[in-house]
Amino acid sequence: MKPFTRHRGVAAPLIRVNIDTDTIIPSREMRRVSKHGLADGLFAGWRYLDTPGGKRENNPEFVLNKPHYAGATILLAGNNFGCGSSREHAAWALVEYGFRAVIAPGFGSIFHGNAVRNGLLPVKLPEPAIDALNEYASASPETNRILVDLENTTVRGAAGDEFGFVIEPAHREMLLQGLDAIAMTQQHLGLIEAFRAADRQRRGWAYLDAGQATTPALIKASISVSVKSSS
Amino acid sequence: MPKTLFEKIWQDHLVADLGNGSHLLHIDRVFLHERTGSIALTGLAERKLQVRNPAHAFCTMDHIVDTRPGRGDETAMPGGREFITRTRQETRRAGITLFDINDPRQGISHVIAAEQGIALPGLTMVCPDSHTCTLGALGALAWGIGSSDCEHALALETLRVIKPEQMAVYLEGDLARGVTAKDVMLHLIAEYSASGGRGYAIEFRGSGIGQLPVEARMTLCNMAVEFSAFTGLIAPDEATLDYVAGRPYAPVGDQRDAATAYWRQLSSDDGAVYDRELRVDLADVEPTVTWGTSPQHAVGISGRVPDPGNESDEAAGRAMQRALDYMGLNPGTAMSSIPIDAAFIGSCTNSRLSDLRAAADILEGNKIARGIKAICVPGSSRVKLEAEQEGLDQVFRDAGFEWRESGCSLCFYAGGEGFTRNERVITSTNRNFEGRQGPGARSHLASPATVAASALAGFITDARITGN
Ligand code: SF4
Repeated sequence: MKPFTRHRGVAAPLIRVNIDTDTIIPSREMRRVSKHGLADGLFAGWRYLDTPGGKRENNPEFVLNKPHYAGATILLAGNNFGCGSSREHAAWALVEYGFRAVIAPGFGSIFHGNAVRNGLLPVKLPEPAIDALNEYASASPETNRILVDLENTTVRGAAGDEFGFVIEPAHREMLLQGLDAIAMTQQHLGLIEAFRAADRQRRGWAYLDAGQATTPALIKASISVSVKSSS
Repeated sequence: MPKTLFEKIWQDHLVADLGNGSHLLHIDRVFLHERTGSIALTGLAERKLQVRNPAHAFCTMDHIVDTRPGRGDETAMPGGREFITRTRQETRRAGITLFDINDPRQGISHVIAAEQGIALPGLTMVCPDSHTCTLGALGALAWGIGSSDCEHALALETLRVIKPEQMAVYLEGDLARGVTAKDVMLHLIAEYSASGGRGYAIEFRGSGIGQLPVEARMTLCNMAVEFSAFTGLIAPDEATLDYVAGRPYAPVGDQRDAATAYWRQLSSDDGAVYDRELRVDLADVEPTVTWGTSPQHAVGISGRVPDPGNESDEAAGRAMQRALDYMGLNPGTAMSSIPIDAAFIGSCTNSRLSDLRAAADILEGNKIARGIKAICVPGSSRVKLEAEQEGLDQVFRDAGFEWRESGCSLCFYAGGEGFTRNERVITSTNRNFEGRQGPGARSHLASPATVAASALAGFITDARITGN
């Protein structure tokens, strides 16, 4: 994962509340068993016009299709961005498209975790701060770039306009260093083993043996019923 | 110090405090499905990692598999077959139990995890699917995760989690006749907004819980994610223990006794403290239906489509106007007059046997209105079978409903089957987002009873008036 320390970029406003992950990447755009090839599907329902024959045509009204925002790397969004479905594709698609940070008053909690795992910085700022950033950026998107600084947990827009934000220390750390959660936890295998051994004593009922339902007779019963009913 | 239900489960799974607010939690069960599970298993294989405890991981085919009778690996979704075959291949390689297409245990993951006794009170359970919170109804700590976390849980039987804040939602009093758990959740979300529960582990409690059957509690917890919660959960009671007993993967013999003793003490202590508390007076809830494109866009069935002009919050007002444009509705329209084109009963929210019975009660001996497309998709193959044994399939068919194989089906549009542009659907599902059930399709969320009554009338209808 690409570390995130500071980033200055073009900020595109998509300030609507409750932008869900179905909207960020519709299910129909998740065509393959893959984490890649998703940028094209980003915001597909809004980004493309409805054309017969399925050929894609950009909707000129949509913010990311406007020439000034072609190089956008920061998204300014409304409250509860990324609510809904758990699909990590939403984070993958934003990253693949080129986004490095999303600034919103709040995020869907699964999306928030997914973003952090993929080096996409979720920045929580109150609405007035986002409005101020937007006002500055939209006056001249390509030149009025926004600086997002994770080291100092600040976002800077117009001269003198700086907003501090709060992020969980664990998330900040992972993003700053581009850490991989699995690799980090692998260092604790001993702890996991010890926990498991003790837990199995305490909560034996919670443990299953390989491939075996505890009451296979019930499964057989339900299989035979279903065979009968379908004949 | 008095502890909440959540804290008790949390503590019993805490492997280590990793500092910086992060905790390593033991994960008892991982459930997968062919849409996101296939990606997690493939990701794991690419990293040359193994599933650490295949006996605690399960997989189903629910999202992409067709629900038309006579289905196989071919799907209406372009490229869908790859998800199915890859899932089969990767679960076999990993040694994970798969409830495959023609397995009598197949069904929507959150329905069958409960039905098979894979989710149990006091367990931690994750699935790369946001509605995993459904299983909190049994007193499990169950929540939806992304693919990266899923790979972590499979490889290391643990997750790194930042402890969520806690909320109690007290449900007090009695539900009026004909009002359901679905209505309660839509009412709650409409009142406090779709982000009202954001990030919280929400315990539903209060005098209203005891009167709700376990399946209805699943509907409550299912929609906790529509409230943007980390998860929802409910302390197990005797009804829960009865529900769990004898299920295929539930403990037996001595282990069952030990589990039962543990489960009986699994509730919040008196005086336990929550970060936030909300209260719903159940008597205030009427059948509730959505009019817009967020679950918070909901109103009682005797109400009207609201006017964005009256909204004090500007951003919310703009979202309302957009929603009305998408939905093709005008402010002030009476909800129970909106004509519909289609009716859908299914999804992890409302497709269990009790849901189908509630709908069938209303449909029995009646016919749906002319020109309405109506579909019923049982939540699991077992629900389907049990419904057929009771003759419910015949009730649905006689009324004019299609009777399908189990799966997620038209709850969401994957590129194959869907509702069409401007088609207005009354649906027992959980998401009314733009395009959720088909590009341009207009979804109105409601209880199975409301869906059934509306299908008969041809417009959105209060089931208590139509009801048999
Ligand atoms: S039924 Fe719908 S909401 Fe539930 S798991 Fe399937 S697609 Fe998701």
